[in-house]
Amino acid sequence: MDFEDTPEEAAFRAEARAWLEANAPSPEDARKMGRETTNEAESLKRAKAWQAKKADSNWACLHWPKEFGGRGATPIQRVIWEQEESRFAVPRGFFEIGLGMCGPTMMNWSTDAQKQRYLPKMLRGEEIWCQLFSEPSAGSDVAGLRTRCERDGDDWIINGQKVWTSGAHYSDFGIIVTRSDPTVPKHKGLTFFFIDMKSPGVEVRPIKQISGTSNFNEVYFTDVRVPDSQRLGKIGQGWEVSVSVLMNERLAVGDAPGPGFDEAFALAREVELESGPAIRDSNVRQKLADWYVQSRGLKYTKFRTITALSRGAVPGPEASITKLVSATNLQNIASFGMDLQDMGGSILDPEVAPANAIFQQALLYSPGLRIAGGTDEILRNIISERVLGMPGDIRVDKDVPYNKLPTGKA
Amino acid sequence: MNFAFSDDQNMLRDQAAKFLAARCPTSAVRKILEGEATWDKALWDGIVELGWTGVAIPEAYGGLGLGHLELCVLAEELGRVLAPVPFSSSVYLATEALLLAGSEAQKQAWLPKLAAGEVIGTFAVAEGAHQPTSRSLAAKVENGRLDGVKLPVPDGLIADFAVVMARTSTDAGARSASLFIVDLNGPGVTREAVKTIDPTRNHATITFKGAPAEALGGTGEGWALSEAVFDRAAVLLSFEQVGGAQTALDMAREYAMGRYAFGRPIATFQAIKHKLADMFVALELGRSNAYYGAWALASGSADLPVAAAGARIAASEAFYLAAKENIQTHGGNGYTWAYDCHLFYRRSKLLALTIGSAPHWKELLISRLEARNAA
Ligand SMILES: Cc1cc2nc3c(=O)[nH]c(=O)nc-3n(C[C@H](O)[C@H](O)[C@H](O)COP(=O)(O)OP(=O)(O)OC[C@H]3O[C@@H](n4cnc5c(N)ncnc54)[C@H](O)[C@@H]3O)c2cc1C
Repeated sequence: MDFEDTPEEAAFRAEARAWLEANAPSPEDARKMGRETTNEAESLKRAKAWQAKKADSNWACLHWPKEFGGRGATPIQRVIWEQEESRFAVPRGFFEIGLGMCGPTMMNWSTDAQKQRYLPKMLRGEEIWCQLFSEPSAGSDVAGLRTRCERDGDDWIINGQKVWTSGAHYSDFGIIVTRSDPTVPKHKGLTFFFIDMKSPGVEVRPIKQISGTSNFNEVYFTDVRVPDSQRLGKIGQGWEVSVSVLMNERLAVGDAPGPGFDEAFALAREVELESGPAIRDSNVRQKLADWYVQSRGLKYTKFRTITALSRGAVPGPEASITKLVSATNLQNIASFGMDLQDMGGSILDPEVAPANAIFQQALLYSPGLRIAGGTDEILRNIISERVLGMPGDIRVDKDVPYNKLPTGKA
Repeated sequence: MNFAFSDDQNMLRDQAAKFLAARCPTSAVRKILEGEATWDKALWDGIVELGWTGVAIPEAYGGLGLGHLELCVLAEELGRVLAPVPFSSSVYLATEALLLAGSEAQKQAWLPKLAAGEVIGTFAVAEGAHQPTSRSLAAKVENGRLDGVKLPVPDGLIADFAVVMARTSTDAGARSASLFIVDLNGPGVTREAVKTIDPTRNHATITFKGAPAEALGGTGEGWALSEAVFDRAAVLLSFEQVGGAQTALDMAREYAMGRYAFGRPIATFQAIKHKLADMFVALELGRSNAYYGAWALASGSADLPVAAAGARIAASEAFYLAAKENIQTHGGNGYTWAYDCHLFYRRSKLLALTIGSAPHWKELLISRLEARNAA
């Protein structure tokens, strides 16, 4: 067991740090690259420029193979890079879905020519990708989706609606799972594609979130034509492809972004209560200690996982823990930070609220993190079933043809 | 970076697991719970024979000269089976105190005997149902004689000597106390069993009346030294707790798979599945914090005080949660004397208190982080 860098790791860290110090944007510029800003077009432009700059020096997506612009880095190098990059707080939000989920899916399921065509541009941030899975009637139960695809010569015709599609409004491409055969049970009748978001018949309508911004969308498909060459996997194999995407999703989601222990600790040292600084209050100290220990626990769990990966293990469902714990903690820390600000805790104006109102903002966006990419409840199901080997939920819909399934109001 | 135990260490784990499975089934623990004996002497002799008592003691003092990582591996296995032996008192506390503060002569005198299992040591700080503080500490040493009452002293009836914290100054404050080595078989010592929530571990009230006391470490260093000893013990105990939590989770899982209600295994109910998922999450957080503590301890990192507090807090939480929800998962059976659930419940709370409660360690952790921030 060794927590320190090996000489090679130290050299790699020094290289990463030197590059970042010479090239990373200032904190103010970095803030302007986030997804939750008021001027999204402007932040997108800045984020793309930063992504391209990273790509020029092979820092854009370290674990991807070199032939697509990656570095072929080891899992440990990837972590070292993330540690170094996190010191500069440069948001990665625009590219995460593409690089974390769509890219690996294309690597696994598309032709060599397609990989050459799409992956390098995705990596450079020139083309942005989104994930078109959820539908109004199919979220946790994504295999219950309704969007139809029908064969028409060398093409497929897609009709239906997706929802909650993050970034669809600025995406160039998307991966989509659709129903090709409603007469067989739901998991068996699915087929998977990647599509051009500019195709005729694709209509993107932003949805306003609790936070007031619109990062996700409804996407309508009306007779959208997709060439068969853009099918990923066999006809009817869409569920298998989707599962491979969701496995990557779990690896891709990291710690919930926003105020954590450090910010809560700093705030507690700043705020004055009647009895003195809040940090002297034992309730405050007890809570802070819990969050410290939990966030450290996640960090070291990740190191254990990385160690296992570098010894050839495959990523397991254990990674679900990170989002489950960190999203809940984020929501709690947000609320705690506001409590410390007492009567003024409700102020959302970043000019007035401490720490640019990160606690208030996090209160408003953290509920989304407990839902996106697998709800808390689904993650607990995954842990109990795939890690602990407990039985799956009783599936009343398992052997029933899709078009005979009961549906609710939604 | 490499955040895993080595192949050799894992081999040691397998050997330990095999030995303990054969020698310490829960029926052996139950014998201590229900019988006259307050510890498993035969198991202890086996442990001594395997050299576990000397794992982290340098070869120069008769130990195996392995290290603390190996000790962590053993601790996890001992915790898994609730071994009713004085391992934590003698090895994590008394031995560590001597390694940390002993003079050359003291190390020569005690460490070979501890390694060989010829003596058992313990550590005596608590004086009743409150946190020991520099104001409350009553035991005192004057002219090399100790007076006072310590309770509960873990393994107090078994141990041959104790490292005792006693007042050496009438003032309160950080330098008010010192550590002393006291021969528990010597004059001026009377001991009596004290009933605790976990009868599978030996505890005593020890009364000292003019007992000869030999200083361990400098005068006035008692609080600082005991804090340093507890940091080390916190890491080692966190592995016992992780081991215990793992067994409790495994028990809950197995029972849930086999118990039927409403025509199906209770393991199919989400309330049960999610409960076990939460136990698993707490256990992973505990385990990962314990690993970091192990690294900090074994590498002599300056981060040990923070790492140890983290390990202690997370592992205490994990074991207690797993133990109490294991009872819940067992329903009425879980509440019976006959099922083993309560053995884990008792031990989880005992371990969460033995070197100071979670609120105490949380307070310590934040103080340490403040100090680090100020530096
Ligand atoms: C910020 C955000 C971004 C998103 N981005 C995308 C995206 O880019 N692409 C995309 O395809 N989707 C995206 N989603 C959708 C997301 O994946 C779904 O919202 C999520 O899977 C939940 O589905 P649902 O909304 O239909 O809720 P439902 O599945 O209807 O769930 C409602 C409630 O029921 C519970 N529930 C459902 N099934 C079970 C069960 N078996 N056991 C126990 N409880 C259950 C849930 O936990 C939840 O509490 C995003 C969502 C959010 C909030």
